[in-house]
Amino acid sequence: MTARRSLPVAALIAVPAALALSACSATTSSSDAGSGTSGGAIAVAATDTTCEVARAEAPAGQVEFTVTNSGSKINEFYVYAEGDRIMGEVENITPGLTRTFHVELAEPGTYETACKPGMVGDGIRASFTVTGASAAPKTTDENLAAATTEYQRYVASQADAFLARTTEFVALVKAGKVDEAKALYPTARSYWERIEPVAESFGDLDPKIDGRAEVVDEGMEFTGYHRLERDLWESGLQPDSAAMADRLLADVTELVTKAKAVELNPLQLANGSKALLDEIATGKITGEEERYSHTDLWDFEANFEGSKAAIAALRPFLSSADPALVATIDERGKALGDLLETYRDGDGFVLYTDLTPDDVKKLTTALDGFSEPVATVAGVVAKG
Amino acid sequence: MNDSTRRAVLASGAGVAVASAAATVAYAARPASAHGSVVGSGGSTDATTAATDAGTVPFRGARQAGITTPAQDRLHLVALDVVTDDPARLRDLLTRWTRAAERMTYGAEAAPGGVVGGGPWNVPEDTGEALDLAPGHLTVTIGYGPSLFDDRFGLADRRPEALRDLPAFMGDDLDPATSGGDIVIQACSDDPQVAVHAVRNLVRLGFGVVSVRWSQLGFGRTASTSRAQVTPRNMFGFKDGTANITAEDTAALDEHVWVAPVDVPGAAAWMAGGSYLVARRIRMHIEVWDRTPLMEQEQIFGRDKKVGAPLGDADEFDEPDFARLGTDGQPRIPATSHIQLAHPTRLGGVRILRRGYNFTDGTDGQGHLDAGLFFIAFMRDAHRQFVPMQRALARADVLNEYIEHTGSALFACPPGLGPEDDWGTQLFG
Repeated sequence: MTARRSLPVAALIAVPAALALSACSATTSSSDAGSGTSGGAIAVAATDTTCEVARAEAPAGQVEFTVTNSGSKINEFYVYAEGDRIMGEVENITPGLTRTFHVELAEPGTYETACKPGMVGDGIRASFTVTGASAAPKTTDENLAAATTEYQRYVASQADAFLARTTEFVALVKAGKVDEAKALYPTARSYWERIEPVAESFGDLDPKIDGRAEVVDEGMEFTGYHRLERDLWESGLQPDSAAMADRLLADVTELVTKAKAVELNPLQLANGSKALLDEIATGKITGEEERYSHTDLWDFEANFEGSKAAIAALRPFLSSADPALVATIDERGKALGDLLETYRDGDGFVLYTDLTPDDVKKLTTALDGFSEPVATVAGVVAKG
Repeated sequence: MNDSTRRAVLASGAGVAVASAAATVAYAARPASAHGSVVGSGGSTDATTAATDAGTVPFRGARQAGITTPAQDRLHLVALDVVTDDPARLRDLLTRWTRAAERMTYGAEAAPGGVVGGGPWNVPEDTGEALDLAPGHLTVTIGYGPSLFDDRFGLADRRPEALRDLPAFMGDDLDPATSGGDIVIQACSDDPQVAVHAVRNLVRLGFGVVSVRWSQLGFGRTASTSRAQVTPRNMFGFKDGTANITAEDTAALDEHVWVAPVDVPGAAAWMAGGSYLVARRIRMHIEVWDRTPLMEQEQIFGRDKKVGAPLGDADEFDEPDFARLGTDGQPRIPATSHIQLAHPTRLGGVRILRRGYNFTDGTDGQGHLDAGLFFIAFMRDAHRQFVPMQRALARADVLNEYIEHTGSALFACPPGLGPEDDWGTQLFG
């Protein structure tokens, strides 16, 4: 775990009800809404200092604007929803030019129009009202619903395996079988690492199971996998190692029960996929996580697999919503996976301490390449 | 809405705007936007002529900005390596960079509504730290290293003959990690945060295609590129670049700075009107220098420290008289002085356009500051201009006792962009 962890967790959990709704709206809205543009195009006369919108309201649906720039500066025209969320914009209206564009304003309410002479600043704003009933499509997207079901199955399967392997690991520690416990350690942890954003979301269980000595809160005991990592690799088994192992098993058992009951929405999948990659970037690629065992690349692979699993669950949705994004994610994911394979050693990986700075740079570069498109998945999901 | 329009809108992060099925018409001055369909009519004006706001430098024109542009106060330069083998990806990035770079030089966000316009669930397309800042004459200048023209991207036959690695010089102590690179981006602004913002956002657009190799911040310009600018001082406290080629001297620019069509025949013709950028990270041992008596400092440079005049003269811009003898019968300006070794009359008329910056990159870990000069110069052919100059300096310059070159790179900066051009089309044809 990392000290920075709290943020992705919060992002994962806090999803307003409104979003759950929008995340389930259909991807296949109708392009024929365009034919219903009521009242014709709305003329906008823009100069360097003025922005006259001929009509300040329109019925819900597609709205057409025709913007003429009679000023001397390059202009832009925006339609904003609350919070300056852009509903549509047209760039590069050079002096003398007229441009036409369409914007879908499906929900009735108050919007703002803006000309932006010189391309900078808040622009010349005016209120714009959308009237009538909502024109937004209401059908549920089965792909998104299926995505959460599939991913929850994945979480459950990883959680079961995590419990099984932790049980084995705990038995080995208690039997004093240090070498065998060390051999199992990175494998047992990989199940945790695959579902880390979900596993982290249950309060104290995360630091109890996965806390590092300097990250657990003041007054909190250093327990869990990393405490036993220190015992196994650094200080030798301690008088309380067996008790620690028992506590680990109890904590993991509780965690698994909760993880299998968790209900996720599609946005949480998308954010979780990104959060796993952030884990690699801030904890694994730095060699911080496994400071005694140096098995960071096992965690790296597990985080990466977990991230891909969440994307895979969303894939049917993404394939129709944004096939170009899926192609980019596939390409970059393959590049990262191929690179990671070159560090494989037997059933596992070379130790972090065997990596050169150049190796770390290559892995970081490939990880950046994969993380950028994955980070945009949430935005696609939110639009449904 | 159909899939293809949806995709375009989503990729741009512009809420639920809808593009109609009408064909997208290319912008008058820039690549077409992904935001909605646009139907143009009426006249159009070159973007450069419309960019008349104070504090902005036109992005487009016959030459790239950031070369003869009056030197801004701050620099952020980044050298990148291409990490894909796919020429189409590189070309696409260069096109996207053009749009973002041009927008930022206007003081606009890297993408429309980039900071908050995408709504709460999208990753902002612009990082935001320059949102309320004036552009401060931001210029973004691109260049390509010799390594870009290997067999990866099908560019080998487009490599200009003069774009080949610089030779090793006596006394060099180069770190490969801060040398070379496939691509360079030089961002200059009067506001350091604006320059860093520009580089950061371009690097971000490039993840998966390019990777940062090294980067350099500079905080005080060390040369004037216009007669309107006062000559600045380097970290040794001396005026630097007094004899620089200035923007007003168009004949000298044509002779020494801009690549002529005859220099780049055949497939390398894309470079005509461009210029070569030589970058040298020069560490200065300022602690040692600061213990040096004034007279010795002045003899090393060959100039007076206060006004910058050649030794024996009164005005900064007086032509140095290397034949003049002092009262001791020795040349008033020593033969090994910096001003004499680097003077065009000693180098067969060779001149360069200097545009460097001072730097202090923390400490060297041994109780000294890691400070110096980030030398940047533009020229028509580095092998005919910088190389003989640096050979002469490396051999005899007394200044070498106080400096060492720790980084080096050469890049071909293409000419400026016309109203319809972008860097991808320009490089790949």
